Amino acid sequence: MSERGPNRPRPQLVRAEGGALFLDSELLVQMHGLMVKARVLEERLIQMYKAGHGYFWIGGPGEEAFNVPLGLLMKKGQGPAFDYLHGHYRQAATLLALGEEPIGALRQMKNTATDPYSGGRNFAGHFSKRAWNIAPITSPIEVQYVIAPGTALAQKRFGGDGITIVTGGDAGTAEGDFASCLVWSSRPGSELPILIIVTHNQWGISTAAATQQGPTSIADRGKAFGMRTASVDGNDPISSYLALKEAFAYVRSERKPFVLEAMVSRLYGHSSASGSNFVPGEVDCIVTFEELLEKKGILTRAAMDQVREKWAKEIGEMARKVRDEPQPGPESIWRNVYKEKP
Amino acid sequence: MAQAIRMALHYAEENLGVTDIFGEDVGPPLGGVFTVTQGLKTAWNSPLDERGIIGVAMGLAMGGRRPVAEIQFCDYIFNTIDLLKIAGNTCWSTDGDWNLPMVVKTPVGSGIRGSIYHSHSFDATATHIPGWKIVMPSTPLDAYGLMVSACQEENPVLFLEPKALLRIKGEEPIPGEPADERTLSKMIDAPLGDRSKWKPEWPALQPYAVPLGKAKVVKEGDTLSVVSYGRTLPLCVRAAVGLAEAGIHAEVIDLRSLWPYDWEAIRASVEKTGKVLFVNEDTEVTNFGEHLLRRTVEELFYRLEAPPRLLAGKFVPGIGLADALEVASVPQLGDITEAIRALASEQP
Repeated sequence: MSERGPNRPRPQLVRAEGGALFLDSELLVQMHGLMVKARVLEERLIQMYKAGHGYFWIGGPGEEAFNVPLGLLMKKGQGPAFDYLHGHYRQAATLLALGEEPIGALRQMKNTATDPYSGGRNFAGHFSKRAWNIAPITSPIEVQYVIAPGTALAQKRFGGDGITIVTGGDAGTAEGDFASCLVWSSRPGSELPILIIVTHNQWGISTAAATQQGPTSIADRGKAFGMRTASVDGNDPISSYLALKEAFAYVRSERKPFVLEAMVSRLYGHSSASGSNFVPGEVDCIVTFEELLEKKGILTRAAMDQVREKWAKEIGEMARKVRDEPQPGPESIWRNVYKEKP
Repeated sequence: MAQAIRMALHYAEENLGVTDIFGEDVGPPLGGVFTVTQGLKTAWNSPLDERGIIGVAMGLAMGGRRPVAEIQFCDYIFNTIDLLKIAGNTCWSTDGDWNLPMVVKTPVGSGIRGSIYHSHSFDATATHIPGWKIVMPSTPLDAYGLMVSACQEENPVLFLEPKALLRIKGEEPIPGEPADERTLSKMIDAPLGDRSKWKPEWPALQPYAVPLGKAKVVKEGDTLSVVSYGRTLPLCVRAAVGLAEAGIHAEVIDLRSLWPYDWEAIRASVEKTGKVLFVNEDTEVTNFGEHLLRRTVEELFYRLEAPPRLLAGKFVPGIGLADALEVASVPQLGDITEAIRALASEQP
């Protein structure tokens, strides 16, 4: 069986020779910068793992083209007036696009006491940031799909235009929680403002999606519930931005659910458990985007190299700083079992 | 007790910010299979999906609301255990970033001839899930006061309703309820038949809270201590009263909160009596009473005059429907009486 699976679209960065790019150059440059920053961060995290500065790596190289526009389009803030994100563990790029500093991810990798997401308790990529409505990312696959309708219901009751976004992988849609999400988001008369996203990388650890799930499109499952659905090439940041923009606008204004499936790559395998080495043969969204940007004269090769060097240097310095930070003390295991009085 | 919980939930939605009381058949027209949620203004029906119920409660709590979710029978809560674990670890795993003010209530235990899937207990399993607070009342007034406390918590609270006691009448009134039970029933029980135009007439309820983590000495005594909760608690009291004439004066403690629990109350009683019997009806292997027993041995060994005992449910896969099967599976009045008598007669 082909590693790519039968339904995987080719990237469509250049729709027609000389065609318009639909987004202005400033945004394209911004997205490129964030994609590279996220990739450099992930590569540094992998390097830390391999150097023994962390016990486990899991992350999202290959999902940057989709995850960056997702973060850029979110309405950032705390409480039901703003967007909630119930994400999964491949979304560093979304966090960076929201404006998060990369050093937090490095601290979590090194499980330092300063880890802002879990105090040294959780794996890399398991973000949590209540100030921006980032729900805690957990390792059990797809549980976020059954929690997300709760914040969406809170937002429906609250009014305003805040929405809930939930993301997960294709393999986990086999869990009942994905079906629960579809049911709870589309109760007649109580439809929820929720954007249900599946990033489809064709794999569940080592198992090919095409050997386990029959539907040719996961997004189509939403149709049985009367939902609007779409599928997008998640390796193309422009298509992703446009598809997300449309989906956000629909959910925000109509207060109804939308299922969006994004076909993405998994460039370093599932996690460090499978080696976290570069996987040849998958589309690299940064390579294809950079080819386009260069061809269209938006960025030169040298300028793009500079972007990478800048982040490599800065994130490298952060990693060295983190290396010397203290680990959590053993007494800290008792902290925050329950909410503590401020 | 069902009316007491209902009144507490009414008090909570009027005064404590409870926004969503939901689950299967929780809203109108039924108002709960045990009528606990009849007439509540924020009660609504959910899909038949326990994972959805727990997950949505977590999401509502994250979204700034204060939910009370119901699992219709605890027999159906088992497929939500990983979500209960996540709810319990959310504050800890985010090092305090998030907390979930939510209540999950569910009827537990035997006593209504509920057969294999309406008789499960959940206290042994629940007390294996850190991060929750767990309560189980045995009187209507405690049910009222514990629910009022649960609805003010900033952490997840599991409210276990002993279904055998949901129809009992309390000896102590709930502050504000009319003295006459018929009057109360006319005011807050939904009528049979068409209920579409019915609205309850709530009594002027007064604030009353039972703090979480506080046990109650229900009957004082000095021969031995009996520690229980839920359905078996009133049986322990009856057994103790019945044995008083024989000169056996059991002190009976209603634990009320399983986590956190009132160790000081247990310790004080055991130091006085030197003998203790723990009673509950969950299956006896890795039972919560075993934890209490272990702690008693470790911390109070030299104060003991007899081995501490546990009387619990038989370790069998279910509670059978036939009378004799249920009676043989979980502690009954006779079993408790005999266990108290046997422990009282033990000599060092």
